[in-house]
Amino acid sequence: MPRTVPIKLTVNGVQHELAVEPRRLLVDVLREDLALTGTHVGCEHGVCGTCTVLVNGESARSCLMFAVGADGAEILTVEGLGQGARLHPLQEAFREAQGLQCGFCTPAMLMVAYELLQQNPSPSEEEIREAISANLCRCTGYQSIVEAVQLAAARHAVAGAR
Amino acid sequence: MATAQRTWIGTDVPRLEDPKLLAGRATYVDDVKLPGMLHAAVLRSPHAHARVARIDVSRARSLPGVFAVITGEDARDLSNPLPAFCAEPVVEYALAVDKARYVGEAVAAVAAVDRYTAEDAVALIEVDYEPLPAITDPFEAMKPGAPKVHENLPSNLVFEKTLSFGDVAGDFATADRVIRRRLRYHRASAQPLETAGAVCRYDPFSQRMDVWSNTNMINYVGWLLANTLKVPASKLNIIPLYVGGSFGSKHVLGKVIAIAGMLAKLTGRPVKFMEDRVDNLVACENLACDRYYDSELAITRDGIFKSLRVRVVDDYGAYFQFGHGTHGNALAQATGAYRIRSLEYTVRCALTNKCQQGVFRGAGSDAGNFNLERLVDAAARELGIDPVEIRRRNFIPPDAFPFKTPQGNVYDSGNYPAVLGRALTMAGWEELRRMQAEARRRGSYIGIGLATAHQRSVYGPTEFWFWYDTPGLTSVPESVGLALGPTGEFIVTMFSPFWGNSPETVVAQTVAEEFGIDPSQVTVAYESSQHGLPSAGPGGSRMTVMLTGAVAGAARKLKRKMAQIVAHHLEAAPEDIAFAGGRAMIRGAPDKALSYAEIGFKAYWFKLDLPPEMESGLEARHTYDHPYLTMPSPDRKDLGAFYPMMAHGAHIPVVEVNPHTGQVRLLRYVAVHDVGTIVNPKSLRGQIAGGITQGIGMALYEECAYDAHGQPLSASFMDYLLPTAMEVPKFEIGHVETPSPFTEYGVKGGGEGGRMIAPAAVASAVEDALAPLGVRVDEVPMTPERIVSWVEAARRR
Repeated sequence: MPRTVPIKLTVNGVQHELAVEPRRLLVDVLREDLALTGTHVGCEHGVCGTCTVLVNGESARSCLMFAVGADGAEILTVEGLGQGARLHPLQEAFREAQGLQCGFCTPAMLMVAYELLQQNPSPSEEEIREAISANLCRCTGYQSIVEAVQLAAARHAVAGAR
Repeated sequence: MATAQRTWIGTDVPRLEDPKLLAGRATYVDDVKLPGMLHAAVLRSPHAHARVARIDVSRARSLPGVFAVITGEDARDLSNPLPAFCAEPVVEYALAVDKARYVGEAVAAVAAVDRYTAEDAVALIEVDYEPLPAITDPFEAMKPGAPKVHENLPSNLVFEKTLSFGDVAGDFATADRVIRRRLRYHRASAQPLETAGAVCRYDPFSQRMDVWSNTNMINYVGWLLANTLKVPASKLNIIPLYVGGSFGSKHVLGKVIAIAGMLAKLTGRPVKFMEDRVDNLVACENLACDRYYDSELAITRDGIFKSLRVRVVDDYGAYFQFGHGTHGNALAQATGAYRIRSLEYTVRCALTNKCQQGVFRGAGSDAGNFNLERLVDAAARELGIDPVEIRRRNFIPPDAFPFKTPQGNVYDSGNYPAVLGRALTMAGWEELRRMQAEARRRGSYIGIGLATAHQRSVYGPTEFWFWYDTPGLTSVPESVGLALGPTGEFIVTMFSPFWGNSPETVVAQTVAEEFGIDPSQVTVAYESSQHGLPSAGPGGSRMTVMLTGAVAGAARKLKRKMAQIVAHHLEAAPEDIAFAGGRAMIRGAPDKALSYAEIGFKAYWFKLDLPPEMESGLEARHTYDHPYLTMPSPDRKDLGAFYPMMAHGAHIPVVEVNPHTGQVRLLRYVAVHDVGTIVNPKSLRGQIAGGITQGIGMALYEECAYDAHGQPLSASFMDYLLPTAMEVPKFEIGHVETPSPFTEYGVKGGGEGGRMIAPAAVASAVEDALAPLGVRVDEVPMTPERIVSWVEAARRR
């Protein structure tokens, strides 16, 4: 059996103790070991941004990050945004503005938008486009995503926590 | 044109699909996890053309955690060839047998406890290749004596045919001018953010194969995959899943399903094979057409189009799975929005050592639009007629519909002057021209583009075979089940998957419209192929038309039974029962009514309250076939109506081009579409905006490039460039509605227009920007390198 290393992760407020191979990617730990399949894999070479989660409050590409590198970290995934069956107001804004179609890039877009609005509660259109520009969407042409973030900002959907 | 008063069709109903997608709770194929499931990885050929002399899998097989390793030889035993939509004997297995024909072709596959171990094992497979001369240029490939991609074929020119309609020779002989262009439309690829994948589970005792995959043709071609996997067609069960985008690239997915299926059969365990991005870029079924046009437009001195001659060489890559299907698509609207009396279309399909073509949104009609609109712009320039004016002079007039084209296809409806007029107004055309003149004085290169082009929708299957002499398929159905449950709730069952579009919302809106309830009260379910009614699934911009048609048909059947129950109870005639506001009532006496809950309760639990002979339960199943399909004539002088729901659009992009760096910046983008009756404006806008973005990609960035030896030069997202939020502008989208006379509610398809029109429009804009330098745009994508080279060439002239 390959050598494993013990790590601790706090994911969406829940603590986990795991033993992982040093080469195991964070996204595989989230999706396979913790069954949090909301985070998706798009390119596995760091361009599309589909696997983005927040690690200690900052966006990170979970397909490029080894899980051992996240030892001790607090991680937020799309499953941690809402409360039970209630969508987060940011998710509601995406729903109203229809900032999604196939939904595959959506969890990562939500995480990026959440990070942006925490840092900058009233971003300009240009700032929103720049923030989401590292995440590809193949369906929407981005316009409706920008509008969703604007709607969320107007409603103060994300409180600036820093 | 005024549309009928409706409650739900035409309103921005929030999508039913969205909450679970937003919560990350939708199940995509990579989320499927079965007990004991293994994971597959694939070894791919590093050579464009090479004989596989020897494969040694012993080291891979003995790695702990590895359950099976298969090669091309095994594939020939475990499977039959993949389905192909062509008559030519181009045989393809999921793994290369004897020789690899493109870089990336699978030569071996591994099943192991996890993907990491599977990839470790792939690295331990030793292959001796004997490289063969690779043929990568279609013109070289067609020459006699060129190295053959397939030895069993007489040459690499796998298909050649000219179809001619009307008096082409006479029209050219009597024309005042002939406009000629040689155009190049490079290969792009769909690149949905979710790659293709499959999980297969096989039970040898019942011979049953369960397949979880993001293919869409679960019912339409599932039986062909059963043949590939050597299981009885009735025992192949394909389970639909949420699909993370397709854009045409996930129709069949024979390769991924066959690899997972073979490994599942061999190991006795469920096997998942999920492509990674490199797999998808070099070897998936999502590479679009790759065409060289040599075209002529015969015109009068007044700029009236008389005849069109199109000669295409299409570089198909190493296999011919979809045949020349994308030329059938192009033929549906080859003469575009214009009254052109005659048409000649010659296609030559060449096989080369590249990954084969598949389907990508637009399916070759995008290239056809590019070709035609480039000719129209050239005609305007050569005759000194304004590009708007020349289009107006040649448009099919609004009173000419239904309009039969020279090739026999029928356009159901349209008002092209109105669409163009709306676009010009929205763009502020005159003001734009003034702004451009001003900018030119300042030395900046602003361009205003225009393309008025079609978007055919709702394909008919005759296009798969009308190039040949023998007839083929004529069905392309879509089915739904519609039930009113015992508590008065409506349930729709679909037999096609969610593909990134909005099928749940469409059927809910239609049920709501028919029965006067709120769409949020409709429950939607997807059914697997084993329980299936015939359904062809998404593709060719058909789902909104087909689903509204299928639900409307099922609603009529359900209403008949409900009316009988209500009439029986209220002692009235069934014809007098009307449905509105969640109740069935006697027409003219709205207080004499039963709620849907009361009807459902009776139907399921009170047999003795039902009319005699009536069965318990309330369910209707309806199959909606193609609304307007006619046969081609035996001599192929008339192809029949095969793509008749004709949507249309006019796009006006405004660009700024830097002639020194080749950078193109989109300043504005106006798009007006006519997709008939709009079902959901917001989701239609998403389709249009997303499509335009892909069209901008095709125009400026996206290209599946290969070097002269067949090595892919765009095998990652570092090289295959997709537009990001920084490249695309805020779209200005308008609509004109000319309802289709052939479909329920007058709906036409709107899924592809954005991508089908944008390449021509952006090319027109860049050419307009660089007009002072004498640049002609004959090629997309217009990469910075190409633009700079055109500017330099024009300066040298």
